[in-house]
Amino acid sequence: MNTSNSATKARRQTQRTREYIIEKLLFASAIVSVFTTLAILGVLLFEAIGFFGQVSIVEFFTATQWTPLFAPQHFGVLPLVWGTILVTIIALAVAVPIGLGSAIFLSEYAPDRLRRVVKPLLEILAGVPTVVYGYFALTFVTPLLQNFFPQMIVFNALSAGLVMGVMIIPMVSSLSEDAMLAVPQSFREGAYALGARKHEVALKIVVPSALSGIVASFILAISRAIGETMIVSIAAGSTPKLTLNPLESIQTMTGYITQISLGEAPFGSLEYKTIFSVGVTLFLMTLVVNLIGQWVAKRYWRRY
Amino acid sequence: MVTKPSRKRDTSRKIEGGMFYALCLVGILISLVSLATLLFDAFQDGLPWLDVQFLTSFPSRFPGQAGILAALFGSIWVVGLTAILSFPIGVGAALYLEEYAPQNWLTSFIRLNIANLAGVPSIVYGILGLGLFVEALALGRSILAGALTMTLLILPVIIITSQEAIRSVPRAYREGAYALGATRWQVTRGIVLPQAFPGMLTGTILSLSRAIGEAAPMIAIAALVYVRFVPTGPLDRFTVMPIQIFNWVNLPQSEFRGLAAAGIIVLLVVLLGMNSIAIFIRNRYQKRAR
Repeated sequence: MNTSNSATKARRQTQRTREYIIEKLLFASAIVSVFTTLAILGVLLFEAIGFFGQVSIVEFFTATQWTPLFAPQHFGVLPLVWGTILVTIIALAVAVPIGLGSAIFLSEYAPDRLRRVVKPLLEILAGVPTVVYGYFALTFVTPLLQNFFPQMIVFNALSAGLVMGVMIIPMVSSLSEDAMLAVPQSFREGAYALGARKHEVALKIVVPSALSGIVASFILAISRAIGETMIVSIAAGSTPKLTLNPLESIQTMTGYITQISLGEAPFGSLEYKTIFSVGVTLFLMTLVVNLIGQWVAKRYWRRY
Repeated sequence: MVTKPSRKRDTSRKIEGGMFYALCLVGILISLVSLATLLFDAFQDGLPWLDVQFLTSFPSRFPGQAGILAALFGSIWVVGLTAILSFPIGVGAALYLEEYAPQNWLTSFIRLNIANLAGVPSIVYGILGLGLFVEALALGRSILAGALTMTLLILPVIIITSQEAIRSVPRAYREGAYALGATRWQVTRGIVLPQAFPGMLTGTILSLSRAIGEAAPMIAIAALVYVRFVPTGPLDRFTVMPIQIFNWVNLPQSEFRGLAAAGIIVLLVVLLGMNSIAIFIRNRYQKRAR
Protein backbone atom coordinates (compact mmCIF):
# COMPACT_ATOMS: atom_id res chain seq x y z
CA MET A 1 0.00 0.00 0.00
CA ASN A 2 2.64 2.43 1.09
CA THR A 3 4.99 1.57 -1.79
CA SER A 4 2.29 1.88 -4.44
CA ASN A 5 1.31 5.22 -2.97
CA SER A 6 4.82 6.57 -3.25
CA ALA A 7 5.06 5.15 -6.78
CA THR A 8 1.96 7.11 -7.77
CA LYS A 9 3.45 10.16 -6.16
CA ALA A 10 6.68 9.72 -8.10
CA ARG A 11 4.76 9.24 -11.33
CA ARG A 12 2.79 12.38 -10.67
CA GLN A 13 6.02 14.20 -10.02
CA THR A 14 7.55 13.16 -13.35
CA GLN A 15 4.29 14.03 -15.07
CA ARG A 16 4.36 17.46 -13.53
CA THR A 17 7.96 17.96 -14.61
CA ARG A 18 7.09 16.85 -18.12
CA GLU A 19 4.15 19.24 -18.29
CA TYR A 20 6.39 22.05 -17.09
CA ILE A 21 9.13 21.35 -19.64
CA ILE A 22 6.64 21.07 -22.51
CA GLU A 23 4.97 24.33 -21.61
CA LYS A 24 8.34 26.08 -21.58
CA LEU A 25 9.27 24.54 -24.95
CA LEU A 26 6.03 25.72 -26.53
CA PHE A 27 6.54 29.15 -25.02
CA ALA A 28 10.05 29.20 -26.50
CA SER A 29 8.59 28.53 -29.99
CA ALA A 30 6.14 31.38 -29.56
CA ILE A 31 8.80 33.80 -28.38
CA VAL A 32 10.89 33.14 -31.54
CA SER A 33 8.69 35.67 -33.31
CA VAL A 34 9.51 38.35 -30.78
CA PHE A 35 13.22 37.63 -31.21
CA THR A 36 12.76 37.87 -34.98
CA THR A 37 11.43 41.41 -34.63
CA LEU A 38 14.22 42.32 -32.23
CA ALA A 39 16.78 40.80 -34.61
CA ILE A 40 15.39 42.74 -37.58
CA LEU A 41 15.56 45.99 -35.60
CA GLY A 42 18.98 45.11 -34.14
CA VAL A 43 20.62 44.15 -37.43
CA LEU A 44 19.13 47.05 -39.38
CA LEU A 45 19.95 49.65 -36.74
CA PHE A 46 23.44 48.31 -35.97
CA GLU A 47 24.56 48.45 -39.60
CA ALA A 48 22.63 51.65 -40.34
CA ILE A 49 24.28 53.42 -37.39
CA GLY A 50 27.64 52.42 -38.88
CA PHE A 51 26.49 53.90 -42.17
CA PHE A 52 25.28 57.14 -40.60
CA GLY A 53 28.68 57.50 -38.92
CA GLN A 54 30.08 58.00 -42.41
CA VAL A 55 27.17 59.72 -44.15
CA SER A 56 25.13 62.51 -42.60
CA ILE A 57 21.57 61.45 -41.84
CA VAL A 58 20.33 64.85 -43.04
CA GLU A 59 21.99 64.31 -46.42
CA PHE A 60 20.50 60.81 -46.60
CA PHE A 61 16.92 61.99 -46.19
CA THR A 62 17.11 65.31 -48.08
CA ALA A 63 19.66 65.07 -50.92
CA THR A 64 18.18 64.36 -54.32
CA GLN A 65 20.89 62.19 -55.86
CA TRP A 66 21.69 58.53 -55.15
CA THR A 67 25.02 57.53 -56.66
CA PRO A 68 26.85 55.35 -54.12
CA LEU A 69 28.53 53.23 -56.79
CA PHE A 70 30.48 55.90 -58.66
CA ALA A 71 32.28 59.16 -57.96
CA PRO A 72 31.21 61.69 -56.93
CA GLN A 73 29.23 59.65 -54.40
CA HIS A 74 25.87 61.02 -53.33
CA PHE A 75 23.70 59.40 -50.68
CA GLY A 76 20.24 60.93 -51.03
CA VAL A 77 17.64 58.21 -50.66
CA LEU A 78 14.77 60.31 -52.09
CA PRO A 79 15.13 59.09 -55.70
CA LEU A 80 14.81 55.48 -54.49
CA VAL A 81 11.82 56.35 -52.28
CA TRP A 82 10.21 58.17 -55.17
CA GLY A 83 10.81 55.22 -57.51
CA THR A 84 8.98 53.02 -55.03
CA ILE A 85 6.11 55.49 -54.73
CA LEU A 86 5.79 55.91 -58.51
CA VAL A 87 5.57 52.16 -59.14
CA THR A 88 3.16 51.77 -56.22
CA ILE A 89 0.84 54.46 -57.63
CA ILE A 90 0.76 52.74 -61.04
CA ALA A 91 0.13 49.35 -59.40
CA LEU A 92 -2.73 50.73 -57.32
CA ALA A 93 -4.26 52.43 -60.36
CA VAL A 94 -4.57 48.91 -61.80
CA ALA A 95 -5.35 46.87 -58.72
CA VAL A 96 -7.89 49.11 -56.95
CA PRO A 97 -10.54 49.43 -59.70
CA ILE A 98 -10.06 45.93 -61.10
CA GLY A 99 -9.82 44.31 -57.67
CA LEU A 100 -12.89 46.16 -56.41
CA GLY A 101 -14.85 45.38 -59.59
CA SER A 102 -13.93 41.70 -59.28
CA ALA A 103 -14.96 41.70 -55.63
CA ILE A 104 -18.34 43.28 -56.37
CA PHE A 105 -18.88 40.83 -59.22
CA LEU A 106 -18.03 37.82 -57.05
CA SER A 107 -19.98 38.94 -54.00
CA GLU A 108 -23.08 40.50 -55.64
CA TYR A 109 -23.50 39.13 -59.16
CA ALA A 110 -21.77 35.80 -59.71
CA PRO A 111 -23.85 32.65 -59.32
CA ASP A 112 -22.41 30.19 -56.84
CA ARG A 113 -21.12 27.80 -59.49
CA LEU A 114 -19.18 30.51 -61.32
CA ARG A 115 -17.69 31.78 -58.07
CA ARG A 116 -16.43 28.30 -57.26
CA VAL A 117 -14.51 28.26 -60.56
CA VAL A 118 -13.22 31.84 -60.50
CA LYS A 119 -11.99 32.05 -56.90
CA PRO A 120 -9.42 29.23 -57.23
CA LEU A 121 -8.19 30.82 -60.47
CA LEU A 122 -7.60 34.10 -58.63
CA GLU A 123 -5.79 32.12 -55.94
CA ILE A 124 -3.50 30.72 -58.64
CA LEU A 125 -2.81 34.28 -59.78
CA ALA A 126 -1.85 35.11 -56.19
CA GLY A 127 0.42 32.06 -55.95
CA VAL A 128 2.52 32.71 -59.05
CA PRO A 129 6.12 33.50 -57.98
CA THR A 130 7.05 37.13 -58.43
CA VAL A 131 10.04 36.28 -60.62
CA VAL A 132 7.51 34.94 -63.16
CA TYR A 133 5.67 38.27 -63.10
CA GLY A 134 9.00 39.99 -63.69
CA TYR A 135 9.64 37.80 -66.72
CA PHE A 136 6.15 38.60 -68.00
CA ALA A 137 6.68 42.36 -67.54
CA LEU A 138 9.99 42.38 -69.39
CA THR A 139 9.30 39.95 -72.22
CA PHE A 140 5.60 40.52 -72.89
CA VAL A 141 4.23 43.77 -71.46
CA THR A 142 7.16 46.02 -72.36
CA PRO A 143 7.28 45.01 -76.06
CA LEU A 144 3.48 45.37 -76.16
CA LEU A 145 3.60 48.89 -74.69
CA GLN A 146 6.43 49.89 -77.01
CA ASN A 147 3.95 49.62 -79.87
CA PHE A 148 2.02 52.48 -78.29
CA PHE A 149 4.96 54.44 -76.85
CA PRO A 150 7.86 54.06 -79.29
CA GLN A 151 10.06 56.31 -77.15
CA MET A 152 9.72 53.99 -74.14
CA ILE A 153 12.91 52.50 -72.73
CA VAL A 154 13.18 48.71 -72.28
CA PHE A 155 13.45 49.08 -68.50
CA ASN A 156 10.66 51.38 -67.29
CA ALA A 157 8.39 52.11 -64.37
CA LEU A 158 5.16 51.62 -66.33
CA SER A 159 5.49 47.92 -67.23
CA ALA A 160 6.71 47.04 -63.76
CA GLY A 161 3.86 48.98 -62.15
CA LEU A 162 1.15 47.53 -64.39
CA VAL A 163 2.28 43.96 -63.82
CA MET A 164 2.65 44.57 -60.09
CA GLY A 165 -0.93 45.82 -60.19
CA VAL A 166 -2.06 42.52 -61.73
CA MET A 167 -0.13 40.69 -59.03
CA ILE A 168 -1.99 42.44 -56.19
CA ILE A 169 -5.49 42.24 -57.75
CA PRO A 170 -6.25 38.91 -55.98
CA MET A 171 -5.30 40.43 -52.64
CA VAL A 172 -7.62 43.43 -53.07
CA SER A 173 -10.46 41.34 -54.49
CA SER A 174 -10.40 38.55 -51.91
CA LEU A 175 -10.16 40.86 -48.87
CA SER A 176 -12.79 43.26 -50.25
CA GLU A 177 -15.07 40.34 -51.06
CA ASP A 178 -14.75 39.04 -47.50
CA ALA A 179 -15.76 42.48 -46.23
CA MET A 180 -18.76 42.62 -48.58
CA LEU A 181 -19.91 39.13 -47.64
CA ALA A 182 -19.88 40.26 -44.01
CA VAL A 183 -22.52 42.93 -44.77
CA PRO A 184 -25.81 41.59 -43.36
CA GLN A 185 -28.26 40.32 -45.98
CA SER A 186 -31.03 42.39 -44.37
CA PHE A 187 -29.29 45.60 -45.53
CA ARG A 188 -29.63 44.45 -49.13
CA GLU A 189 -33.20 43.29 -48.69
CA GLY A 190 -34.20 46.62 -47.17
CA ALA A 191 -32.85 48.44 -50.21
CA TYR A 192 -34.56 46.07 -52.63
CA ALA A 193 -37.83 46.60 -50.79
CA LEU A 194 -37.48 50.32 -51.46
CA GLY A 195 -37.17 49.57 -55.16
CA ALA A 196 -33.39 49.76 -55.61
CA ARG A 197 -31.72 48.02 -58.51
CA LYS A 198 -28.83 45.60 -58.11
CA HIS A 199 -26.12 48.12 -59.01
CA GLU A 200 -27.64 50.65 -56.62
CA VAL A 201 -27.60 48.10 -53.81
CA ALA A 202 -23.96 47.29 -54.61
CA LEU A 203 -22.79 50.90 -54.84
CA LYS A 204 -24.97 52.61 -52.24
CA ILE A 205 -25.44 49.89 -49.62
CA VAL A 206 -22.81 47.15 -49.83
CA VAL A 207 -19.70 49.16 -50.69
CA PRO A 208 -20.31 51.91 -48.09
CA SER A 209 -21.10 49.32 -45.40
CA ALA A 210 -17.94 47.36 -46.17
CA LEU A 211 -15.86 50.48 -46.71
CA SER A 212 -13.33 50.10 -43.90
CA GLY A 213 -12.65 46.48 -44.91
CA ILE A 214 -12.21 47.58 -48.51
CA VAL A 215 -9.90 50.43 -47.48
CA ALA A 216 -7.90 48.00 -45.34
CA SER A 217 -7.41 45.80 -48.41
CA PHE A 218 -6.11 48.82 -50.36
CA ILE A 219 -3.66 49.64 -47.59
CA LEU A 220 -2.39 46.06 -47.47
CA ALA A 221 -1.98 46.26 -51.23
CA ILE A 222 0.15 49.41 -50.81
CA SER A 223 2.34 47.59 -48.32
CA ARG A 224 2.77 44.64 -50.71
CA ALA A 225 3.63 46.98 -53.58
CA ILE A 226 6.24 48.86 -51.54
CA GLY A 227 7.98 45.63 -50.54
CA GLU A 228 7.73 43.83 -53.88
CA THR A 229 11.18 43.18 -55.23
CA MET A 230 11.57 40.89 -58.22
CA ILE A 231 9.24 42.62 -60.71
CA VAL A 232 11.00 45.96 -60.26
CA SER A 233 14.47 44.37 -60.20
CA ILE A 234 13.79 42.74 -63.55
CA ALA A 235 11.67 45.29 -65.37
CA ALA A 236 12.05 48.78 -63.86
CA GLY A 237 15.74 49.42 -64.43
CA SER A 238 18.54 50.59 -62.15
CA THR A 239 18.73 54.36 -62.52
CA PRO A 240 17.49 56.13 -59.37
CA LYS A 241 15.68 59.19 -60.62
CA LEU A 242 13.19 61.83 -59.47
CA THR A 243 10.93 61.70 -62.51
CA LEU A 244 7.21 61.88 -63.15
CA ASN A 245 7.54 60.10 -66.48
CA PRO A 246 6.63 56.41 -66.10
CA LEU A 247 8.21 55.57 -69.46
CA GLU A 248 11.68 56.17 -68.02
CA SER A 249 13.98 53.77 -66.25
CA ILE A 250 13.92 54.22 -62.46
CA GLN A 251 15.01 52.29 -59.38
CA THR A 252 13.10 51.38 -56.23
CA MET A 253 14.49 50.75 -52.74
CA THR A 254 13.99 47.02 -53.14
CA GLY A 255 15.57 47.09 -56.59
CA TYR A 256 18.65 48.80 -55.21
CA ILE A 257 19.04 46.27 -52.39
CA THR A 258 18.88 43.43 -54.93
CA GLN A 259 21.41 45.11 -57.19
CA ILE A 260 23.98 45.46 -54.39
CA SER A 261 23.25 41.96 -53.01
CA LEU A 262 23.96 40.41 -56.41
CA GLY A 263 27.42 41.90 -56.47
CA GLU A 264 28.42 40.32 -53.14
CA ALA A 265 29.52 43.64 -51.66
CA PRO A 266 32.41 43.00 -49.22
CA PHE A 267 31.25 42.89 -45.58
CA GLY A 268 31.75 46.16 -43.74
CA SER A 269 32.28 48.33 -46.83
CA LEU A 270 30.24 51.51 -47.18
CA GLU A 271 28.55 49.97 -50.21
CA TYR A 272 27.50 46.97 -48.07
CA LYS A 273 26.12 49.27 -45.37
CA THR A 274 23.91 51.14 -47.83
CA ILE A 275 21.79 47.95 -48.05
CA PHE A 276 20.93 48.37 -44.39
CA SER A 277 20.27 52.10 -44.46
CA VAL A 278 17.91 51.63 -47.42
CA GLY A 279 16.50 48.56 -45.64
CA VAL A 280 15.65 50.61 -42.54
CA THR A 281 13.83 53.15 -44.68
CA LEU A 282 11.88 50.37 -46.44
CA PHE A 283 11.07 48.62 -43.16
CA LEU A 284 9.77 51.80 -41.53
CA MET A 285 7.64 52.69 -44.54
CA THR A 286 5.93 49.29 -44.63
CA LEU A 287 5.56 49.24 -40.84
CA VAL A 288 3.70 52.55 -40.84
CA VAL A 289 1.46 51.42 -43.71
CA ASN A 290 0.74 48.08 -41.98
CA LEU A 291 -0.13 49.74 -38.69
CA ILE A 292 -2.56 52.08 -40.45
CA GLY A 293 -4.08 49.05 -42.19
CA GLN A 294 -4.53 47.17 -38.90
CA TRP A 295 -6.10 50.22 -37.32
CA VAL A 296 -8.61 50.57 -40.17
CA ALA A 297 -9.38 46.83 -40.18
CA LYS A 298 -10.01 46.84 -36.44
CA ARG A 299 -12.55 49.63 -36.78
CA TYR A 300 -14.34 47.55 -39.39
CA TRP A 301 -14.54 44.39 -37.26
CA ARG A 302 -16.08 46.35 -34.43
CA ARG A 303 -19.01 47.50 -36.51
CA TYR A 304 -21.09 44.34 -36.97
CA MET B 1 -50.42 55.00 -64.02
CA VAL B 2 -46.79 55.30 -65.01
CA THR B 3 -45.92 58.79 -66.11
CA LYS B 4 -43.47 59.40 -68.91
CA PRO B 5 -40.51 60.97 -67.06
CA SER B 6 -40.41 58.20 -64.47
CA ARG B 7 -40.36 55.56 -67.19
CA LYS B 8 -37.48 57.41 -68.82
CA ARG B 9 -35.62 57.48 -65.53
CA ASP B 10 -36.29 53.80 -65.13
CA THR B 11 -34.72 53.06 -68.52
CA SER B 12 -31.67 55.12 -67.68
CA ARG B 13 -31.31 53.27 -64.39
CA LYS B 14 -31.54 50.02 -66.29
CA ILE B 15 -28.77 51.12 -68.65
CA GLU B 16 -26.70 52.32 -65.72
CA GLY B 17 -27.09 48.92 -64.06
CA GLY B 18 -26.09 47.13 -67.24
CA MET B 19 -23.00 49.26 -67.63
CA PHE B 20 -21.98 48.72 -64.04
CA TYR B 21 -22.39 44.97 -64.43
CA ALA B 22 -20.26 45.08 -67.58
CA LEU B 23 -17.53 47.04 -65.76
CA CYS B 24 -17.36 44.50 -62.94
CA LEU B 25 -17.29 41.67 -65.45
CA VAL B 26 -14.44 43.36 -67.33
CA GLY B 27 -12.55 43.60 -64.01
CA ILE B 28 -12.67 39.89 -63.41
CA LEU B 29 -11.97 39.11 -67.07
CA ILE B 30 -8.81 41.23 -67.01
CA SER B 31 -7.48 39.14 -64.10
CA LEU B 32 -8.29 35.87 -65.81
CA VAL B 33 -6.91 36.95 -69.19
CA SER B 34 -3.71 38.15 -67.50
CA LEU B 35 -3.28 34.78 -65.84
CA ALA B 36 -3.86 32.95 -69.13
CA THR B 37 -1.47 35.24 -71.04
CA LEU B 38 1.21 34.95 -68.37
CA LEU B 39 1.13 31.16 -68.42
CA PHE B 40 0.85 30.99 -72.20
CA ASP B 41 3.80 33.37 -72.64
CA ALA B 42 6.04 31.33 -70.35
CA PHE B 43 5.07 27.98 -71.87
CA GLN B 44 5.43 29.21 -75.42
CA ASP B 45 8.92 30.61 -74.78
CA GLY B 46 10.10 27.80 -72.55
CA LEU B 47 8.80 24.53 -73.95
CA PRO B 48 11.32 24.36 -76.83
CA TRP B 49 14.14 24.56 -74.26
CA LEU B 50 12.71 22.07 -71.81
CA ASP B 51 14.35 18.67 -72.23
CA VAL B 52 16.31 16.09 -70.25
CA GLN B 53 19.53 17.94 -70.98
CA PHE B 54 18.07 21.10 -69.37
CA LEU B 55 17.10 19.19 -66.24
CA THR B 56 20.48 17.47 -65.86
CA SER B 57 22.94 20.27 -66.67
CA PHE B 58 24.71 22.98 -64.72
CA PRO B 59 24.59 26.64 -65.75
CA SER B 60 26.77 27.47 -68.69
CA ARG B 61 27.86 30.41 -70.82
CA PHE B 62 26.49 28.52 -73.81
CA PRO B 63 22.68 28.51 -73.79
CA GLY B 64 22.55 25.14 -75.52
CA GLN B 65 24.45 23.45 -72.69
CA ALA B 66 22.92 25.27 -69.72
CA GLY B 67 20.54 23.62 -67.28
CA ILE B 68 18.80 23.99 -63.96
CA LEU B 69 20.19 21.00 -62.04
CA ALA B 70 22.16 22.94 -59.39
CA ALA B 71 19.26 25.34 -58.76
CA LEU B 72 16.70 22.53 -58.58
CA PHE B 73 18.72 20.71 -55.93
CA GLY B 74 19.46 23.99 -54.15
CA SER B 75 15.73 24.68 -53.91
CA ILE B 76 15.04 21.16 -52.64
CA TRP B 77 17.76 21.50 -49.98
CA VAL B 78 16.55 24.90 -48.79
CA VAL B 79 12.87 23.94 -48.72
CA GLY B 80 13.60 20.58 -47.06
CA LEU B 81 15.62 22.18 -44.27
CA THR B 82 13.07 24.98 -43.94
CA ALA B 83 10.31 22.40 -43.51
CA ILE B 84 12.23 20.59 -40.75
CA LEU B 85 12.94 23.86 -38.93
CA SER B 86 9.67 25.70 -39.40
CA PHE B 87 7.02 23.03 -38.82
CA PRO B 88 7.82 22.20 -35.17
CA ILE B 89 8.43 25.83 -34.21
CA GLY B 90 5.30 27.07 -35.99
CA VAL B 91 3.07 24.37 -34.55
CA GLY B 92 4.61 24.81 -31.10
CA ALA B 93 3.98 28.54 -31.16
CA ALA B 94 0.39 28.05 -32.33
CA LEU B 95 -0.27 25.45 -29.62
CA TYR B 96 1.14 27.77 -27.01
CA LEU B 97 -0.97 30.71 -28.15
CA GLU B 98 -4.21 28.73 -28.42
CA GLU B 99 -3.93 26.17 -25.59
CA TYR B 100 -1.50 27.51 -23.02
CA ALA B 101 -1.07 31.26 -23.17
CA PRO B 102 -2.56 33.25 -20.31
CA GLN B 103 -4.52 36.39 -21.21
CA ASN B 104 -1.88 38.98 -20.46
CA TRP B 105 0.10 41.75 -22.12
CA LEU B 106 2.87 39.39 -23.25
CA THR B 107 0.43 37.15 -25.14
CA SER B 108 -1.27 40.03 -26.89
CA PHE B 109 2.15 41.47 -27.70
CA ILE B 110 3.22 38.16 -29.28
CA ARG B 111 -0.01 38.08 -31.31
CA LEU B 112 0.39 41.66 -32.54
CA ASN B 113 4.02 40.96 -33.30
CA ILE B 114 3.20 37.92 -35.46
CA ALA B 115 0.63 39.94 -37.41
CA ASN B 116 3.22 42.63 -38.04
CA LEU B 117 5.92 40.15 -39.07
CA ALA B 118 3.58 38.74 -41.71
CA GLY B 119 3.61 42.19 -43.34
CA VAL B 120 7.39 42.71 -43.41
CA PRO B 121 8.69 42.63 -47.02
CA SER B 122 10.58 39.45 -47.85
CA ILE B 123 13.72 41.33 -48.84
CA VAL B 124 13.96 42.70 -45.28
CA TYR B 125 14.17 39.08 -44.08
CA GLY B 126 16.96 38.66 -46.59
CA ILE B 127 18.83 41.60 -45.04
CA LEU B 128 18.20 40.13 -41.58
CA GLY B 129 19.60 36.78 -42.68
CA LEU B 130 22.60 38.47 -44.25
CA GLY B 131 23.43 40.40 -41.09
CA LEU B 132 22.50 37.69 -38.57
CA PHE B 133 23.15 34.25 -40.07
CA VAL B 134 25.66 34.92 -42.84
CA GLU B 135 27.78 37.45 -40.99
CA ALA B 136 27.21 37.50 -37.20
CA LEU B 137 26.78 33.72 -36.75
CA ALA B 138 29.41 33.13 -39.47
CA LEU B 139 27.38 30.52 -41.34
CA GLY B 140 28.54 32.08 -44.61
CA ARG B 141 26.40 32.16 -47.72
CA SER B 142 25.29 28.60 -47.02
CA ILE B 143 22.14 26.52 -47.46
CA LEU B 144 21.69 26.58 -43.68
CA ALA B 145 21.73 30.39 -43.60
CA GLY B 146 19.19 30.39 -46.44
CA ALA B 147 16.92 27.86 -44.70
CA LEU B 148 17.04 29.73 -41.38
CA THR B 149 16.09 32.95 -43.15
CA MET B 150 13.27 31.22 -45.00
CA THR B 151 12.08 29.72 -41.69
CA LEU B 152 11.73 33.16 -40.10
CA LEU B 153 9.99 34.40 -43.25
CA ILE B 154 7.25 31.75 -43.34
CA LEU B 155 6.80 31.22 -39.58
CA PRO B 156 4.11 33.93 -39.18
CA VAL B 157 1.98 32.31 -41.89
CA ILE B 158 2.44 28.80 -40.46
CA ILE B 159 1.54 30.04 -36.98
CA ILE B 160 -1.57 31.87 -38.19
CA THR B 161 -2.87 28.93 -40.26
CA SER B 162 -2.08 26.45 -37.45
CA GLN B 163 -3.97 28.65 -34.98
CA GLU B 164 -6.99 28.52 -37.28
CA ALA B 165 -6.73 24.72 -37.46
CA ILE B 166 -6.55 24.50 -33.65
CA ARG B 167 -9.51 26.84 -33.21
CA SER B 168 -11.66 24.58 -35.40
CA VAL B 169 -11.34 21.74 -32.85
CA PRO B 170 -14.61 21.78 -30.85
CA ARG B 171 -14.29 23.03 -27.28
CA ALA B 172 -16.36 20.06 -26.02
CA TYR B 173 -13.67 17.54 -27.02
CA ARG B 174 -11.16 19.27 -24.79
CA GLU B 175 -13.56 19.59 -21.89
CA GLY B 176 -14.47 15.92 -22.11
CA ALA B 177 -10.82 14.98 -21.81
CA TYR B 178 -10.19 17.39 -18.95
CA ALA B 179 -13.22 15.95 -17.15
CA LEU B 180 -11.56 12.53 -17.30
CA GLY B 181 -8.57 14.00 -15.49
CA ALA B 182 -6.22 14.49 -18.43
CA THR B 183 -3.40 17.00 -18.07
CA ARG B 184 -3.05 19.93 -20.42
CA TRP B 185 -0.39 18.23 -22.54
CA GLN B 186 -2.41 15.01 -22.69
CA VAL B 187 -5.37 17.00 -24.02
CA THR B 188 -3.17 18.90 -26.46
CA ARG B 189 -1.38 15.79 -27.73
CA GLY B 190 -4.25 13.35 -27.64
CA ILE B 191 -7.18 15.53 -28.69
CA VAL B 192 -6.15 18.83 -30.26
CA LEU B 193 -3.08 17.83 -32.26
CA PRO B 194 -4.58 14.86 -34.15
CA GLN B 195 -7.67 16.89 -35.07
CA ALA B 196 -5.76 19.98 -36.15
CA PHE B 197 -2.84 18.16 -37.79
CA PRO B 198 -4.12 18.02 -41.40
CA GLY B 199 -4.92 21.74 -41.30
CA MET B 200 -1.47 22.51 -39.94
CA LEU B 201 0.16 20.35 -42.58
CA THR B 202 -1.81 21.99 -45.39
CA GLY B 203 -0.88 25.46 -44.16
CA THR B 204 2.77 24.51 -43.88
CA ILE B 205 2.93 22.99 -47.36
CA LEU B 206 1.30 26.09 -48.84
CA SER B 207 3.82 28.34 -47.05
CA LEU B 208 6.67 26.16 -48.27
CA SER B 209 5.40 26.45 -51.82
CA ARG B 210 5.52 30.21 -51.36
CA ALA B 211 9.06 29.85 -50.05
CA ILE B 212 10.17 27.89 -53.10
CA GLY B 213 9.15 30.80 -55.35
CA GLU B 214 10.78 33.51 -53.20
CA ALA B 215 13.76 35.06 -54.91
CA ALA B 216 14.45 38.31 -53.08
CA PRO B 217 15.62 37.05 -49.66
CA MET B 218 17.62 34.26 -51.27
CA ILE B 219 19.50 36.73 -53.46
CA ALA B 220 20.55 38.64 -50.33
CA ILE B 221 21.80 35.38 -48.74
CA ALA B 222 23.25 33.46 -51.67
CA ALA B 223 24.19 36.38 -53.94
CA LEU B 224 24.62 35.44 -57.56
CA VAL B 225 27.04 32.57 -57.78
CA TYR B 226 27.84 30.32 -60.61
CA VAL B 227 27.06 27.01 -58.92
CA ARG B 228 28.38 24.13 -60.98
CA PHE B 229 27.85 21.39 -58.39
CA VAL B 230 25.01 19.68 -56.55
CA PRO B 231 25.17 20.70 -52.88
CA THR B 232 26.05 17.80 -50.55
CA GLY B 233 25.63 19.39 -47.12
CA PRO B 234 23.90 22.26 -45.32
CA LEU B 235 27.06 24.37 -45.24
CA ASP B 236 27.62 24.33 -49.01
CA ARG B 237 27.05 27.38 -51.16
CA PHE B 238 23.93 27.20 -53.27
CA THR B 239 21.57 28.80 -55.71
CA VAL B 240 17.81 28.31 -56.05
CA MET B 241 15.48 28.17 -59.06
CA PRO B 242 14.11 31.73 -58.79
CA ILE B 243 17.65 33.16 -58.64
CA GLN B 244 18.68 31.12 -61.66
CA ILE B 245 15.60 32.31 -63.57
CA PHE B 246 16.32 35.91 -62.54
CA ASN B 247 19.90 35.53 -63.73
CA TRP B 248 18.85 34.20 -67.14
CA VAL B 249 16.22 36.93 -67.60
CA ASN B 250 18.90 39.54 -67.03
CA LEU B 251 21.33 38.22 -69.62
CA PRO B 252 21.21 40.14 -72.89
CA GLN B 253 21.20 37.19 -75.35
CA SER B 254 17.64 36.22 -76.24
CA GLU B 255 18.40 32.46 -75.96
CA PHE B 256 18.71 32.87 -72.21
CA ARG B 257 15.14 34.23 -72.12
CA GLY B 258 14.08 30.81 -73.40
CA LEU B 259 16.07 29.15 -70.63
CA ALA B 260 14.43 31.44 -68.08
CA ALA B 261 11.01 30.45 -69.39
CA ALA B 262 11.96 26.76 -69.23
CA GLY B 263 13.06 27.34 -65.63
CA ILE B 264 9.72 28.99 -64.92
CA ILE B 265 7.92 25.90 -66.22
CA VAL B 266 9.95 23.64 -63.91
CA LEU B 267 9.26 25.97 -60.97
CA LEU B 268 5.52 26.06 -61.72
CA VAL B 269 5.38 22.27 -62.02
CA VAL B 270 7.06 21.89 -58.62
CA LEU B 271 4.61 24.42 -57.15
CA LEU B 272 1.64 22.65 -58.70
CA GLY B 273 2.87 19.36 -57.22
CA MET B 274 3.18 20.84 -53.72
CA ASN B 275 -0.23 22.52 -53.92
CA SER B 276 -1.84 19.29 -55.13
CA ILE B 277 -0.43 17.47 -52.10
CA ALA B 278 -1.87 20.17 -49.84
CA ILE B 279 -5.29 19.96 -51.51
CA PHE B 280 -5.17 16.15 -51.37
CA ILE B 281 -4.53 16.22 -47.62
CA ARG B 282 -7.29 18.77 -47.09
CA ASN B 283 -9.87 16.79 -49.09
CA ARG B 284 -9.00 13.48 -47.45
CA TYR B 285 -9.36 15.07 -44.06
CA GLN B 286 -12.65 16.74 -44.92
CA LYS B 287 -14.11 13.41 -46.07
CA ARG B 288 -13.01 11.68 -42.89
CA ALA B 289 -14.41 14.44 -40.71
CA ARG B 290 -17.79 13.97 -42.35
